[in-house]
Amino acid sequence: MSERLLDIKNLSVTFGGLNALSDLDFHVDKGEIVSVIGPNGAGKTTFFNMISGMVTPTSGDIIFRGESLLGLDPNQVTARGIARTFQNVRLFANMTILENVMVSQHCRTKQGIMGALFQTGGFKREEQEIREHGEKVLGFFGSRLVGYRLNQPASVLSYANRRRLEIARAMATKPEVILLDEPVAGMNPKESEELTGLIGKLRDEWGFTIVMIEHDMGVVRDVSDRVVVLDHGETIAQGSYDEVSSNPAVIEAYLGRPAEEAS
Amino acid sequence: MSETMNTDDAVVLAPARSAFDQDWRKIVNWGLICALALIFVSLTDMPDKLDKRVIVEPLLSMGYLSLIWIPIALGNFVTREVVLEGMAQHKKGLRELVAGVSVGAIGGAGLALLIWLLDTRDLSDPLVNWNDALLEVLSFGEGVGYGAIFWILASAGLGLAGGALHLLPAIANRLLFAISLTIVLSASLESALDDISEGFQLEWLFEALFEKKGGLSVQGAIILAVFAIAWVLFLGGQAKRGRAAVAARRELSPTKVNTVGLVLIAVAAVVLPMFLGRLTNDLLTNVGLFLLLALGLNIVVGLAGILDLGYVAFYAVGGYTAAIMTSPTSPGLSPELPWWVAIFVVVFMAIVAGLFIGAPVIRMRGDYLAIVTLGFGEIIRLTVRSDWASGFTGGAQGILSIPGADIVGIATVKGTDPQQVLYLVIGFVAIAIYVSWRLENSRIGRAWMAVREDESVAEAMGINTVNSKLQAFVVGAILASFSGAIFAAKVGSVFESSFKILVSIVILVIVIVGGMGRIAGVAAGALVLVGILGGPNQPGLLAEFSEFKLLIYGALLIWMMLKRPEGLIPNVRRSRELHQDEFLQDAWLKAQADDDDDEAVSGEAAPA
Amino acid sequence: MTTAMRSKAAPRTGVDWFLTFLRVLLSGLVLFGLSAFLLQQIDPGNPLASAINPDANRLSWDAFQGLVISGLSQGAMYGLIALGYSMVYGVLGFINFAHGEVFMVGAMTGMITSNKLFEAGVWEDNFLLAILIAVLVSVICSTVTAVVTERIAYRPLRGSPRLIPLITSIGVSFFIQNTSAVLLGPGAKSYPRLPDWLRDDIGIGPFDIEGKKLLVLVVAGLSMGALWYLVERTKTGKAMRAVAEDKEIASLMGIDVDRTIVTTFAVGGAMAGVAGILWGILFGSVTEFTGFLPGIKAFSAAVVGGIGNLGGAMAGGLTLGSSESLAPQLVLEPLGVTGHTQLKDAVAFLVLIFVLLVKPTGLFGERLSAEERA
Ligand SMILES: Nc1ncnc2c1ncn2[C@@H]1O[C@H](COP(=O)(O)OP(=O)(O)OP(=O)(O)O)[C@@H](O)[C@H]1O
Ligand SMILES: [Mg+2]
Repeated sequence: MSERLLDIKNLSVTFGGLNALSDLDFHVDKGEIVSVIGPNGAGKTTFFNMISGMVTPTSGDIIFRGESLLGLDPNQVTARGIARTFQNVRLFANMTILENVMVSQHCRTKQGIMGALFQTGGFKREEQEIREHGEKVLGFFGSRLVGYRLNQPASVLSYANRRRLEIARAMATKPEVILLDEPVAGMNPKESEELTGLIGKLRDEWGFTIVMIEHDMGVVRDVSDRVVVLDHGETIAQGSYDEVSSNPAVIEAYLGRPAEEAS
Repeated sequence: MSETMNTDDAVVLAPARSAFDQDWRKIVNWGLICALALIFVSLTDMPDKLDKRVIVEPLLSMGYLSLIWIPIALGNFVTREVVLEGMAQHKKGLRELVAGVSVGAIGGAGLALLIWLLDTRDLSDPLVNWNDALLEVLSFGEGVGYGAIFWILASAGLGLAGGALHLLPAIANRLLFAISLTIVLSASLESALDDISEGFQLEWLFEALFEKKGGLSVQGAIILAVFAIAWVLFLGGQAKRGRAAVAARRELSPTKVNTVGLVLIAVAAVVLPMFLGRLTNDLLTNVGLFLLLALGLNIVVGLAGILDLGYVAFYAVGGYTAAIMTSPTSPGLSPELPWWVAIFVVVFMAIVAGLFIGAPVIRMRGDYLAIVTLGFGEIIRLTVRSDWASGFTGGAQGILSIPGADIVGIATVKGTDPQQVLYLVIGFVAIAIYVSWRLENSRIGRAWMAVREDESVAEAMGINTVNSKLQAFVVGAILASFSGAIFAAKVGSVFESSFKILVSIVILVIVIVGGMGRIAGVAAGALVLVGILGGPNQPGLLAEFSEFKLLIYGALLIWMMLKRPEGLIPNVRRSRELHQDEFLQDAWLKAQADDDDDEAVSGEAAPA
Repeated sequence: MTTAMRSKAAPRTGVDWFLTFLRVLLSGLVLFGLSAFLLQQIDPGNPLASAINPDANRLSWDAFQGLVISGLSQGAMYGLIALGYSMVYGVLGFINFAHGEVFMVGAMTGMITSNKLFEAGVWEDNFLLAILIAVLVSVICSTVTAVVTERIAYRPLRGSPRLIPLITSIGVSFFIQNTSAVLLGPGAKSYPRLPDWLRDDIGIGPFDIEGKKLLVLVVAGLSMGALWYLVERTKTGKAMRAVAEDKEIASLMGIDVDRTIVTTFAVGGAMAGVAGILWGILFGSVTEFTGFLPGIKAFSAAVVGGIGNLGGAMAGGLTLGSSESLAPQLVLEPLGVTGHTQLKDAVAFLVLIFVLLVKPTGLFGERLSAEERA
């Protein structure tokens, strides 16, 4: 069996009485692509927020490479090697595209104020490396984000390109695991097909492990090794895409349940 | 606003409507605003108090200028419309003139009413400026009827002129603007120009332009106007092209700077003080001290987005530490260090103060932070003043006999010699500019910007936001403390009254009016505000304005925030952020034409 | 939101340790000062007490109750002003820095009206009528100032980054302050002399309250009651609460958001107007700077009580007012701080900082919509 990267144990959180997530048990191995699916409001984004340290769980534990992530600040989680994207694209809109990927290497670099003031050799070298790595991750998306684009503000990008830049920004933090929150949302079929291919490449060529929230079942089917289905904070199914898609509970969650049971 | 919208064509001229078929309610509203503004300015007594400050000798004084700009501006605004790309635009014509003249006439009627009331009623009890002197100025000493009719006609005429600006071609507008700016600016700078012309032995030029008793001569005004026209028509065009080229290069590689410009500025900074007189040197020293403060605050507010309203605290820390360390008469502790050694203590204290104030506030919501820092600023000032701390700080008596700044034993900068102090200030401003520039283009600076853009995303991208913000806070604190230390050496004494909240606010106004996040903008802000209007306790070139300067600061701050939040010389990023709607619309419209991979976008969102 | 959660976790970074240290230090100083005060009350010659402060002396009951009463009456005014800050913050999510000046406008116009009435003889003949007119004029002028400010300076900025309206309001504050200085002349201006019955002491239980302070407390209480009725029991109040919770949804529900915001400003302005004239009655004079410090302290009161929480604002005002008045004698003097009354203003800010360190959501909990909590 391959190396266990993420281990989620009995994870629950409540927001003022609302059980946004209850008793999620779940693991991710190195090199896997795991999808998290479920209807709107199922608690998927909340799950990501807990992993990345932006929401504190009410109970349960998150183990990453044998160590608990509980109580860490988001920046510390990122430094441990978990990067994420946001469902509602949140780029640094007034920074340039290159700066967006440069700034997210912050936790991998260490030159301080003195280095910048005296332009030490170390500073210049590091700056060079940051820039090269930034251009490299941008190059992953072909010519869309490089060239004259590098020094344009992120706010001028088209919607699809903003999503791509979000992924590039996560890649730039040199993570082990990338959490993608609805990466193809709002893209046209051609674009989402292309991105599906790229997600595969992220694992095969870059060696990232991927946890992905996605509503587009085509994408989920094409790339995932395993699928977890959430509904109202509960885990209703886990397994391969085929197993999950034929599970009656999942079908019910998506198509609605009999009226008397709905609250 | 136009109701017709044509989507086929980018710019469509809607058919001209009759001159009287317009939105009269809007016109009356603007007219009333005009009347209120004229009455308000009259009651502040600006027309009377500023009458002595002449712009063009027999024709125009600052006093009358304070009134006449109002109908012109409002007569122009009333028919101004937001022109969006793809929207229909009206053909300009008689309509604009009618609207302008009406607004001006209503405003003038308001002023006429005031003149009549001034004559018949006595409201001098609450309104201190309600007196005959004001009546005299407003009616030119010719009686109420004359004054009233004059102002109705004059104001209508000015409103008409304002409306007519819409009809003139763009180049004519530019020329008029340049001419008025040159003349008003030259008149404002009169005493400085006098001083400078002496240093360069150009008295003949000064005498050709200015009258002996003050103000430009008519001939001088004409010369300046010709100069302004020449500038706009010939040099201006080239300068603009040059700037555009530089801007284009900046856009591609933001770290490159204009070396030629830098060298020129450096040479000027070294050579100029030698030719300047006492007055100008002193003035520039004040500008420099505030520039130093503003550059520091610019890092805190402009780059890291932390609104620190207690910034004066660090200025005070610098001033008092330098005073205690160098003055032989400081009570309590008196090591009498030379100034250049004391500056290390100052930096140390600034770091301590920065961390001490920064740590508790750094996690607060932006606006709470503003109030709490303001509170810290007051706590420090009140403590310094109290009997409790007077053993070290001298309490209300302050600390006196601070010797000048001793520079590593090479030279002693005497506080009484403005030229030497100016060199000292320039040195530190240069350091501050270097620091701002290097940090902005470094890992730290990028982290600051990210924190400013979206703190929780910055945190999720691996930036320790608390540490980043603390760093900005401390760097800002150090720069402010430099300013304080120089201030102490320059004045030779420190009192708590130099460190009131007002100072924090004035620094903030400088940063905002100049252009947050942009070094050149901050410098322009300091020059215009502190140099011309004056600092919180320092007179500027327009000494007559001292009574009104804070009023003007307030009005400027509001106006800038409403109309030009990016400042006089904006930071490209910042103007994008603030005009995001327009900018995105622009980008979107352009993207419609191109396909996904080609959203070309113009760099500038703000009009020149 | 994250702040609150994080503060529950154990201290980790240097900053956390420092904050814990600050909390302990401040609480320790307060406790230490208070116990020293108690020791001195028992016996000033007590060796322990005199070791801390050799000049210690006992605080008499009269002096103590005097401090409490002036603290509370001043606090009531902070509370009234704080309501305006709190409501605007609740609805628009920004600190209306200029609200202190709205209060100053109230005090100023109250001064002008009462002096005019004094000249006309009404003030002395029929004081109640005179004060009623003065209150009315103050309230109207303050309300108009608040509403006009909103229209000109804040409405165009709705939806811009949150520091922008804050900076604008600093400009407005500056502008109003200096307008007053330029139009009415700088410096202190006095109210006419109060009738004797307002200057005498009235005995209530163990307290002897000066008439004007009692008046301040009563009027403040009544205004608070009226406001409570408005917000909790009327349709307008319901609209205000809805807009505070979520502007977009409120407008979908058919609430006129613009009008509700104007109402909020107007009500806040009216409260500030009342506070203004009470200030004039209490202190007898007003300057163009009258609004600045009390304004900031009133905002602190709103934060101390929990912003967006109207009862909290009043309670915060009373807390702040009485600590400001008592702390110098009860905490600072026993600690041996000389010239302790000079630090009165500093105390108000220290209370603010202390509360934000210990309970960032205020003593009585803040009520904000989700977007503003972020
Ligand atoms: N900070 C919060 N406070 C209170 N409730 C929250 C918070 N964050 C999320 N919720 C609630 O938790 C539930 C789960 O939300 P979440 O965003 O995780 O859903 P999701 O599965 O990502 O849905 P979608 O597919 O729409 O993105 C929702 O009902 C949401 O309103
Ligand atoms: Mg989601």
